[in-house]
Formats: sequence, structure tokens, C-alpha cells
Amino acid sequence: MIIATPRVSLEQIGNLNKRFRQLNKNQETLSRQDLASIPALDNNPLRAQIINAFFDKRNLHQNETGTVKVIGFEEFLMVMSHFRPAAMHITEEEREKLRREKLRFLFNMHDTDSDGTITLEEYRRAVDELLSKAGTIGQETAKAIADAAMLEVASTTRGKMEPDEFYEGITFENFLQILKTFDIETRMHVRFLNMDTATMRCGK
Amino acid sequence: MSVRVALQSPTGSRSFLERGLLLLVILIFLEGTVLTLGAASSPDISARDNAGGLHDHQGIEGSYDRTNYTYTKKAFPVLSLDYHHIQVPFEISLWVLLASLMKLGFHLIPRLSSIVPESCLLIVVGLLVGGLIKLAGEEVPPVLDSKLFFLCLLPPIILDAGYFLPIRPFMENIGTILMFAVVGTLWNAFFVGGLLYAVCQIEGTNLSHVELLPCLLFGSIISAVDPVAVLAVFEEIHINELLHILVFGESLLNDAVTVVLYHLFEEYSGAGEVTPMDVVLGVICFLIVSLGGIAVGAIYGILAAFTSRFTSHTRVIEPLFVFVYSYMAYLSAEMFHLSGIMALIACGAVMRPYVEANVSHKSHTTIKYFLKMWSSVSETLIFIFLGVATVAGPHAWNWTFVSVTVILCLVSRVIGVVGLTFIINKFRIVKLTTKDQFIVAYGGLRGAIAFSLGYLLDKDHFPMRTMFLTAIITEIFFTVFVQGMTIKPLVDLLAVKKKQEAKRSINEEIHTQFLDHLLTGIEDICGHYGHHHWKDKLNRFNKKYIKKCLIAGERYKEPQLIAFYHKMEFKQAIELVESGGGVKLPSAMPSQVSMQNIQPKKLPPPVAERALPQFTKGREEEIRKILRSNLQKTRQRLRSYNRHTLVADPFEDGWNDFILKKQRMIELEKKMTEMSNYLTVPAAPPDSPTMCRARLASGSDFKAEKGGAKVIPDPNAFYNIKASSDGIPTIQVDLASPKSPDSVNMLDEFSKWGATGQGLGQREGADRDEDQGLMMKPSSAGKGEKGEEEGGNKNPGLMRCLSDPGPSNEDEEDEPFLP
Repeated sequence: MIIATPRVSLEQIGNLNKRFRQLNKNQETLSRQDLASIPALDNNPLRAQIINAFFDKRNLHQNETGTVKVIGFEEFLMVMSHFRPAAMHITEEEREKLRREKLRFLFNMHDTDSDGTITLEEYRRAVDELLSKAGTIGQETAKAIADAAMLEVASTTRGKMEPDEFYEGITFENFLQILKTFDIETRMHVRFLNMDTATMRCGK
Repeated sequence: MSVRVALQSPTGSRSFLERGLLLLVILIFLEGTVLTLGAASSPDISARDNAGGLHDHQGIEGSYDRTNYTYTKKAFPVLSLDYHHIQVPFEISLWVLLASLMKLGFHLIPRLSSIVPESCLLIVVGLLVGGLIKLAGEEVPPVLDSKLFFLCLLPPIILDAGYFLPIRPFMENIGTILMFAVVGTLWNAFFVGGLLYAVCQIEGTNLSHVELLPCLLFGSIISAVDPVAVLAVFEEIHINELLHILVFGESLLNDAVTVVLYHLFEEYSGAGEVTPMDVVLGVICFLIVSLGGIAVGAIYGILAAFTSRFTSHTRVIEPLFVFVYSYMAYLSAEMFHLSGIMALIACGAVMRPYVEANVSHKSHTTIKYFLKMWSSVSETLIFIFLGVATVAGPHAWNWTFVSVTVILCLVSRVIGVVGLTFIINKFRIVKLTTKDQFIVAYGGLRGAIAFSLGYLLDKDHFPMRTMFLTAIITEIFFTVFVQGMTIKPLVDLLAVKKKQEAKRSINEEIHTQFLDHLLTGIEDICGHYGHHHWKDKLNRFNKKYIKKCLIAGERYKEPQLIAFYHKMEFKQAIELVESGGGVKLPSAMPSQVSMQNIQPKKLPPPVAERALPQFTKGREEEIRKILRSNLQKTRQRLRSYNRHTLVADPFEDGWNDFILKKQRMIELEKKMTEMSNYLTVPAAPPDSPTMCRARLASGSDFKAEKGGAKVIPDPNAFYNIKASSDGIPTIQVDLASPKSPDSVNMLDEFSKWGATGQGLGQREGADRDEDQGLMMKPSSAGKGEKGEEEGGNKNPGLMRCLSDPGPSNEDEEDEPFLP
């Protein structure tokens, strides 16, 4: 399968490889436990979801759903490549593709049951996680915030709805729509993954 | 009178235009003549001549004493004119009045303000006024006296900029900004200074008396981008946030460089040479100046934040702390010759999050308005004075010098920006395009700071001072007029990205936070201590230690997302009320989605709950619509660095109307909270800062209502006196004038619900806030407190907030309103 992934510089591959080996203590593959043992992640409210994202098949192969138990270095790179910044001179089309890719990653993080939509429950859970470090204040308002957000999505995307109609959940297209003004291609990047884009044959 | 008439007919008809112009001309003449009168009595308003005035006075005194010996009786002076007595404040007020009237005038003439930026118009007005004074034969007062400028006119503008500085974009681009500010300014100074010296050495120009060091000094004065001018021009072109913050940030941070270079060259132009040792010292000085300035500012900022923690009982003077601490930060920095501008910025930026969490809503508004007001007037005055100072002279025009200066400034700016961007782009993620570079280069305006610095030069050490001043003024005029006027059409022409109307939706906010944490996590996984890692660490440190010290009560625990959500709700509630509540729908997006549409289908609620006899289907629909629009409309986030468009504060307009409607809405909402189907917002813990601010001076108001008060129809139909349980008439300019038929019903229903209304959402508390502005309580505060306590047991959690009685407890104008 050809994925248009960026050409990573040798130095960066080397760095990431070093880190990979450091995390999994020089074995072949990386397991959840390895990631979970990073002390710095303890303070992060999104810890569980981030770790899950690495093992989520949707981020790895783009066609299957479910999770894997362990990942190799190639998969590690694949997940990391979602965080590459946009190059300076890219076409509109490429920019759009990049946006979709990054937003897809976020979407997958929210859509925990892999059914293609973010239901109210899932969204509530996501906001809950986000505010989980905030104590009791967080718990009470989390629900309200998630509800309000969902309401907003529904009204932006569906407009008029009868009282009997039911809005099942946020599809990926809706997600794209509500985050239209959110310049994710510039925001969602980790600084040292400064890569140039080129097509590269990668993956299975 | 004519102003008011003009305001009432804003339709830009020809007669209106003429009227406006006529008004302007009349005003100018008026001011001109009065100023002439003022100028006739005494030359100027600077401190130096104050002493002179005093001297005169003493002289008069002396002569009076002498004549005392031969005392001749005169008629008792019934009416006398003593201008000297009030001269200085009078003249100052006159200038301020002139500035404000000019501002008014410009906005009355619609077409003019869209073509010509305000700064240009103001300089022209200054020229006119100066010209008038000169025509009258008087000496033009040196109004742009450096002391006045640096101590009085500049600080408000900088404080306004610093307090409302958008921290996030500023910090994200701090590297770029520093590069432009430090390296760019240095480059400009040496390039211009050096080449000017070279030009001066050319035979034909008879400028060979200008040495190298004075040239470099001149270069350093003229090379600094001026924050006042940048602010004035950029405000009107609404450019995207990145470019705005780049140019503006540069103009603020280059102060340190300018200060150091200025002092360095000034010191040593006497000696005639600069040794490498001096250069090293200069670099050290630069570090001290900038870091010291920031440190001083930060210290005062923390002091201010700390002080604001304790102001819950004296809300009225809260804004004063903000202003005084900031001004003292500026003065302290200036005392040590550190960078006062950086101190002020640091102070404002540091104190803001804590102060905002501590102060009441009204104080917050007051601070905002006062800052905007002062900085606005200051800016206007500065430009007018520039015009006057131009007329005042003295001038020494030298074609070569002036034209070379102008050209060189432009050239050096362009080269500097292009060169620096080339280097910077290697490190930036979001690269700067050519268009961006052009705007940054073209937006490098010079302004009054350059002039004042030039003015400060000592005549004896710098015989070519007048020539310098002339060149500086010409450069300022060139940038402000030519560049200022053409930048707007150029921005349109080049299709530069404009400022997006940021409707911050709750989704965006959620995802901003989400991304922050996600990226921090990824960085941790990579083991890379990047940007996000440190930011996260700083936030946690902030939360754990600093907020505890500096924020009163329990409010420091509130995470940003929740604060945002509360704020948004609050704003929507106000907006909804403004737009008419249930009476007429807000026009934007009447979408028909409600919670029912989102929540998964569940069993219909038990019959008992649904059987609310008061509701017809129509009313239900209405209620649903209110709720929906309440949640969906987000208010445009205040971009506070635009001086002219403060978002209209709901507290000032049409109190009566919207209080009425708001009360109606509150009733409806109260009913909503009873129905589990609909969106309820859980009552926020009483110490949530935004809600606390909302509850402000809730006082006995709230309680009296809750007690299911019987409404005594007030003989003064307009005001409704709620009989609180102790019989003290608590006057509210509030709902339910007997004229409105619905209201009485509402109150009846309300009293029914009052007893059971435990689930009152915070929205009610939020709307309470409107009342407080109108509530006039008689000064018997003691009884008022009792009333509070009685009603308080219903919702004990609120009591903590109510310890903040707010300004309404003070003796405000209660007398006229008592029946």
C-alpha cells in the first residue's frame, strides 16, 4: 500500500529509533506497558487515549479497525508522522490532505468504538478525561460542556431538526466542518519532526 | 447642541457632511483663539515655565508690598479675571478637550476616516492649531516636551497594550519578535548611521561637521519602530493576528535596544570615540536594561496581583491598584534607566490573569474602559502635539540629509526584514511568506518616541540638533502619511490574510485544550523536551503554587475550559436578554436542534413530570428556542487591542427594557430546569470565579425574591419596591412595572416555584448581575445584611459569594430615588 508519507531525515529516524529502543528496552516491539511506564505521562489527563492511539489499527493501516498488542518501529513512525508540520510550499490539495489526516487522528481518538461516529457518550467521556485532573468541578461541568458542544455540532451541521429526529453522532465530515477554522495543520506538530514532504512507498 | 443633532442623523447626507465640517472648523478656531489667549498670558505649560510664572507672581507680590505703604483705597473687586491662577490645568484640559472633540469629529465624517488613517488627520489638526497660534503672533508652546511625553503621554498607551497583550500568539512568536526587535534595530541603526556619515563626508553637502558618533546616534534614534504609530495604523487595517503581533511586538521590545544605543552614543559623542570595552559594556548594559525592566515589571505585577486578592471588601478602588502599580513599575524602571516600556508590558501581562480572577466584574469593566480611554486620548494628543511641534520648529532644512535619511530608512528596513526572515524561516514552522515580509517591512512606522528622543538631545553637545529634528519629523511624516495611508489599499491589493472573526466555539476550545495535552504527551513519548513540555510544566507550576498565593478564595482551581464555558454562557445569557429573550427570536441561526435530538432515545419521562399545566405546546416551543439560541450563539471574542471597538457593554444600554425581558427569561429558564429532558447546567460551585463575579452585589435582592415576596404595586409606577422581609424598601429599577401584563403572572408562578427552585442554575445568578447596576439600597447597610441572611439559608453555598456586597452597598445616589 502506498502511503504518501514524508521522507524522514536519517537523523530523525535515528533519533526516534534510539528513543524506541530506550522505551522498549532494546526488544523488537513496543507494548502498552512500555509506554505506560513513562513517568512524565502521569500528569497528562489524556494519557490512556494517547497510548491507545499508538495501538489503534486505524492509525496504522487505515483500513482495519481494532487494536494491536504490540507495534514495531515502522508503526511507531507511522503514528508519529501524523505530527509532522506542513511544509512551506504545498498546494491546496496537499494541505487539505494533511488536514484530513491530522483530523482523522483526532477523530479516531474520540471515536473509541470505531463505528465512524462520535456519539454523545463518547464525547462526554472525552471531555471528562480532559477535565479529569480538575477535581469535582470538572466532573459536574464536563457533562454540560460536552452536551453544549454536541448541540453546537448538531446545529451547525444539520440545521433544522424535528423534535423527533435523532442526531446519532458526529461523523468525520461533520468533524471536519466544525473544525474548519481551526488551523490544525500548523498547530498539530511536534517541533523536531521537521520533515519535507515527498511520496514514499511505505507499509504493507 | 449641534453635535447631538449631527449624531441623530447619521445618514451622511450632504447637509450633515457640511455641518460636520463646519463644526470642525469652528472648533479649531475656538480652540485656537482660546489657546492664543492662554499663550498670550504665559508661554507654555512645561515645568520650566511654571517656575517662571511663579517668579512673575513674586514680582507682582513685591510690587504690591511696595505700594502697600501708600495704600489707596480702590473699589471692591466684584468680578475679576485671574487667568494665572488656573492657567496650567486649564490649558491641559483644553488640549485634552480638543483631542477628544477631534476624535468625535472624525468619526462623524464617515468617508474621511476610511480613506485617511486617524493619525494623519490628527497631525494635520496639530499643524493647523500650531499655525493658528503662530498666526496670532504668539510663541508656540513646546508641547511635546520630552518629560511630558515620557512620563504622562506614553505610559497609558503602553499599559493598554501590555495589559491586553494576547499572550499566546506573543509567546509562540517570541523568537521571531526578538530577532526583529534586537537584531533588526541594531542593523537599522548602524546601516543608517554609517551610510549617513559616509554621505556627510562627501564634499558637496557641507555637512562634514557631522561626526560619526552623532550620526550613529541619529541612526539609533530613527531606526526604532514606534509602538504608538504602529498601533494607530494597524488597528484600522485589521490584519491577521500573526503579522499584527510581529510588528507590534517588535515595536515594544526594541525599546531596550534604543535606550542602550541612545545612552551609549550620547555619552561618548563627547569623547569622540567608542572603544571595544565600551561595546562590551554596552552589550551587558543591554541585557541589564531589558531583563531588569522585565524583572521590575514582573515584581510590581505580582504585587498588584497579591493586593487584588484582598480587595473583596473594597471593590471600588480595585482598578486604582492596577493603574498605580503599573505606573510605579514604569517610573521605577525609568529611575534606573532600565526599559520602562518593557517593565510596563511585563507588569500588565503578569498581573492580568490573577487580577481578573480576583476583581469584580465591574472593576474589570472599569479597568478596561479606563485603559482604553486614557490610551485613546494619549494617542490623539501625541499626534496633535507632533503637528504643533512641527510648526514650532526650529527647523534647519538640509535637502541632502533629510532625503538621504528617508531613503536609507526605507532601504535598511527592507533589507533588514528580508535578511532576517531568511534566517528565521529556518527555525519557524509557519514560515513567513513574501507577502508577510512586505507587510512587516512596510509597517515599520516611526513616531513620536523618535521625536522626543531627539528633542532630549543637548544643544551644546549636538549643534546639529535642529537638523536632526527636522529630519526626524520628515521621516515621521513620511512614514505616517505615505506608508500609513497606503498600507490599507496595499493589504487589500495583496490579499493579505485578514483578521478572522473569531467566534470561539466551545468545540474549538475543547480541541485547543485537547491538542495541548496531546502534543505534550507525544513530546514526552519522544523524550523530547520541547515547547509543549515546558509550557505544560509552567502551567502546572502556576496552578500549584502561584495561583494559590495570588488568587482569593477557591477560584484558582478552575481549569481554563470550564472558565471559558462559564464565560460563554454568561455572555450568551446577556446577549439573549439584549436581543429580547422569548419575545423575539435572535435572527442569526434559528436552528431547531434541541437536546432531544442528541440524547439517545429513552423512555418517556413519567407522566407526573410532564404534567406542567402552565405549558401550551407553543410555549414549549418558545422555551426550546430560547435555550437553543442561548447555547449556540457565541459572542465574538474581544480582541481588546483594537482601541475603537470595545464590545458593547450590555450594562449600559436600555436597562429597563432588557431587565424586563430578562426577568421573563429567568422565569422560563427556571421552569426549564425542572424538566429533566432539557439541558440543565448544574449549579456551579459558588466559588467559580466567573459566576462569583456575576453574583457580585447580589445582596438581599436575590433573597428577597426567593422569599416569594409579594409585590407591592408601587405608586411610582416606574420603580418597583420589593418589600424585603424587614420592610426596608429595596428599590430596584427592575421588571414588573404594572404596565406589563405578563409580569404579574410570572411573579405569581415564580413565588410558587421559589420554594422548590433548588435547582436554580447558575444562569440565573449570571443574570442577576444586571440588576446590581441599578440597585440603589438605602444606606442602612446593617438591615440589608440581615435581609441577606434570612434569605440565605435556601442556598447556603451562595453565601460565601455574597460577602462581596460590591459597590451597591456604598452610599450611592439613593436619595433621589426614595419615594
